[in-house]
Amino acid sequence: MNAAVKPPQNHVERARTMPLADIDVSDITLYQQDALAPYFERLRREAPVHWCKNSLYGGYWSITRYHDIVAIDTNHKQFSSDHTNGSFVLDDTTLNAVEGGIAMPNFLGMDPPTHDDHRMAVSPIMAPANLLRFESLIRSRTKDLFDSLPLGQTFNWVEQVSIPLTTMMLATLLDFPFEDRARLTRWSDIVTTRPGYGLVDSWEQRTAELMDCLGYFQTLREQRQKLPPKADLISMLAHSPAMQGMTPTDFLGMLVLLIVGGNDTTRSSMSGSAMAAHLYPDEFAKAKADPALLASLVPEVIRWQTPIAHMRRTAIEDVEFRGQQIKKGDKVVMWYLSGNRDETVIERPDDFIADRANARRHLSFGFGIHRCLGNRLAEMQIKVLWEEMLGRYSKIEVVDAPLRVPSNLIHGYLDIQTRLHA
Amino acid sequence: MPKITYITSSGVEHVVDADSGISAMQAAVSHRVPGIDGDCGGVAACGTCHVWVDPSWLDRVGPARPGIESEMLALTDGRTPCSRLACQIELADAHDGLLLQMPTDQH
Repeated sequence: MNAAVKPPQNHVERARTMPLADIDVSDITLYQQDALAPYFERLRREAPVHWCKNSLYGGYWSITRYHDIVAIDTNHKQFSSDHTNGSFVLDDTTLNAVEGGIAMPNFLGMDPPTHDDHRMAVSPIMAPANLLRFESLIRSRTKDLFDSLPLGQTFNWVEQVSIPLTTMMLATLLDFPFEDRARLTRWSDIVTTRPGYGLVDSWEQRTAELMDCLGYFQTLREQRQKLPPKADLISMLAHSPAMQGMTPTDFLGMLVLLIVGGNDTTRSSMSGSAMAAHLYPDEFAKAKADPALLASLVPEVIRWQTPIAHMRRTAIEDVEFRGQQIKKGDKVVMWYLSGNRDETVIERPDDFIADRANARRHLSFGFGIHRCLGNRLAEMQIKVLWEEMLGRYSKIEVVDAPLRVPSNLIHGYLDIQTRLHA
Repeated sequence: MPKITYITSSGVEHVVDADSGISAMQAAVSHRVPGIDGDCGGVAACGTCHVWVDPSWLDRVGPARPGIESEMLALTDGRTPCSRLACQIELADAHDGLLLQMPTDQH
């Protein structure tokens, strides 16, 4: 039986009746409870460009309809990503030196022309020849991993599948010492957190760990500089003429972008894969019977999960948008999580449908010049994952309520207790 | 109905009878030409319908427009003066015989 996930009933009622002005879709407890859907639904219908006056991050605009998000995402001349104007995430402390945060500028947080120079320094890693090289590696690692998983016993899918596969991939992209790769996972997690969410106890601790990350990679970069250029991200940065003047701050900024972008995102789509397989066994069976459906199933998983809940821009001038007066300096949040559930654009948006028509039309990679750089690699990783899931199992069962990441940015899971059936 | 020829990176030709008034991306996607994705639906926002217009056709089709089309093309592999986003080429009867070469991969 197919059944869309139902949000907690108390939230359905609260979202329907509370004053519109009081809705705060950045509230992290809503993400932990998977309770966002009714709030976003109301905003899309009644206030698609919505001002929330008070939040942990101050006032911010929410953009919740699909086409409005595309319009903002492609208008970088008025809605800037540049770190000098604000940030590309709602929480300024994530990448800027405010409160206890530290500055970690990177090209996702830059406007052209600097954006283009920095992006082009690393984009060759995703060239077709490299993707081809990665595919066989991804397949052998995925097969080995599934060979080691128990049948009929419960285990945490996030820890046993999503994290190992994405961390191995990231280690390969960076040519990072394989035995130390767990450190990548840790650094990835602490970039997007604040003290008090279970990962770090203080800003000082977060800063100290990020400085360890910088130091580790500075050593790697010095080593790569002395070697001939190779097709790994650190070597590319070490040899790129445009990147020679990088300050330690710029280098750390670039690193955290590559680490989070190359890790947390696909990790969440892999975790979402287990959830989709569990909640929609008919769709799982459909795809098992016809593997050609992977062409639509893969983008559908990425839409359905929406691993990055939002991206933010900052208005650099006063703009009237859909009748609302957005002021210079205002934070403008594009909720991909909502746009990917926009019922006026996507049919039955809450449902995971393996053979969805136009499955590629989703917001998860963003649009415009900041569109995800690793989208094809992410799709390849998810495709290989599903080939193994469909080839090996009749059913993937989630036996307990999952534990979700306490974040309004990283839309993922900490724990999914899973049982595999032959 | 202009006849449009899409040529893959390995040299395979896909000939499509396209309707006038639609874009070269829509014509390719609706005829399932492999190698044109068109993820954003035709607003020059994803760069997954990059084509190289045959040089003999360039003056009739025109070069990439400034703004979002050029900005997205700047981030693709192998941009040349003949590069266009197929979604920004509106087809007309005058395009009968148009040759469009496709890259190895669309991002």
